[in-house]
Amino acid sequence: MICIDIEKNLKAYAGKRTLKVDRKFQFGSVTQIYGPSGSGKTTFLKCIAGLITPEKGSIVVDEVLWFEPVANINLSPQKRRIGFVFQDYALFPNMTVQQHLEYATNDREWIKRLLLIGKLETLTTHKPEYLSGGQQQRLAILRALAIKPQLLLMDEPFSALDPEMKSALIKELKVLFDELGITVLIVSHNSGELVGLVDGEMGVG
Amino acid sequence: MTDLSPIWLTLKLASITTLLLLLIGLPVAWWLSKGRSIFKTLIEAIITMPLVLPPSVLGFYLLLAFSPQHGVGKWLQDVFDVRFVFSFQGLVLASFIYSMPFMIGPIKSALQQLPASLAQASYTLGKTKRETFLKVLLPNIKPSLFTAMVLTFAHTLGEFGVVLMIGGNIPNVTRVASIAVYDSVERMDYGAANTYSLILLAITFVMVISVFIFNKYQAKSPLE
Repeated sequence: MICIDIEKNLKAYAGKRTLKVDRKFQFGSVTQIYGPSGSGKTTFLKCIAGLITPEKGSIVVDEVLWFEPVANINLSPQKRRIGFVFQDYALFPNMTVQQHLEYATNDREWIKRLLLIGKLETLTTHKPEYLSGGQQQRLAILRALAIKPQLLLMDEPFSALDPEMKSALIKELKVLFDELGITVLIVSHNSGELVGLVDGEMGVG
Repeated sequence: MTDLSPIWLTLKLASITTLLLLLIGLPVAWWLSKGRSIFKTLIEAIITMPLVLPPSVLGFYLLLAFSPQHGVGKWLQDVFDVRFVFSFQGLVLASFIYSMPFMIGPIKSALQQLPASLAQASYTLGKTKRETFLKVLLPNIKPSLFTAMVLTFAHTLGEFGVVLMIGGNIPNVTRVASIAVYDSVERMDYGAANTYSLILLAITFVMVISVFIFNKYQAKSPLE
């Protein structure tokens, strides 16, 4: 069980707002997160990943405290080992497709399988600037999966994919999520695209 | 035949200064690029000051600070037998301080321009800050790094005031090319002055043009 109960002040143009989330997620569940722009969806994911520190609250994963300010506990992102798909992909311009995955894992077989799932096996020597938007997005997803995370956070992960590619990739990801027992939180405005993948949803803002 | 030792001394000084500033400037620029605080602003202002401070003023205070007659200079001389006034190591120290903004400024700006998500993505993959800096951030600011190195080197070649104040004009020790030009003109030896000047001009031109070519190849304006 993943128990998240946090409060984080958000910077907004018209004064301050506070993001409040109190929610439990079952292991292996796939949850869609929705909400209007600026409601704090990305901030929420970054708080879980340890990239942003909430003002108050706690994050407990499998009875292990990840964040608890009173006890001065705040696990670093490196120790949380969360797969994170960034909205802007955050690909490394200096690395090829293969190097991205090798940077994350040494498991050659796993890299091969990921490349097949993302249909990037013929583009291993390409750097991000030579990939299309959809290919870049797939690489960002594969890189996050490369560390075999127990928790995967995806921020608008399918926005640049064409419907056919999206549906094929979602099918493959579903198998992978079940196989690895990954708990997944997906920020998406389009609930239709996640049919068959998600088993719950959560509104923010 | 013109004595070329000032040219070699200048190249040696510029190489040592660039190397030292690269080693120390990189972590300082990285630290400055992350967040803001009053302390960081103060340090940044101190680093930037040589850009606007008359070189003779900097040289004068360095001369006072490291004079072997008193204070830090006396202590360094007594304890470590190190003398910064009228010595080559004094020139290195002065050049280091004088060229700091040319190395640290471009690197800091380049690091700040990288999206924060690059480092964050690396952290989520379990990589340390050091690994992230060396394998993700640094390779992606190569053009700026090269520009900073060339600017530092070229700037050191052209130092005059600060070098003259702390180093004087001792042949083979502190007589660098810019001082040799001035000294030759003083002696009405325009031939020697021309030789030194032409060599400096050629070196500087090659360096500046190489920055433009390298940065164009990297698809980035050299002025960024």
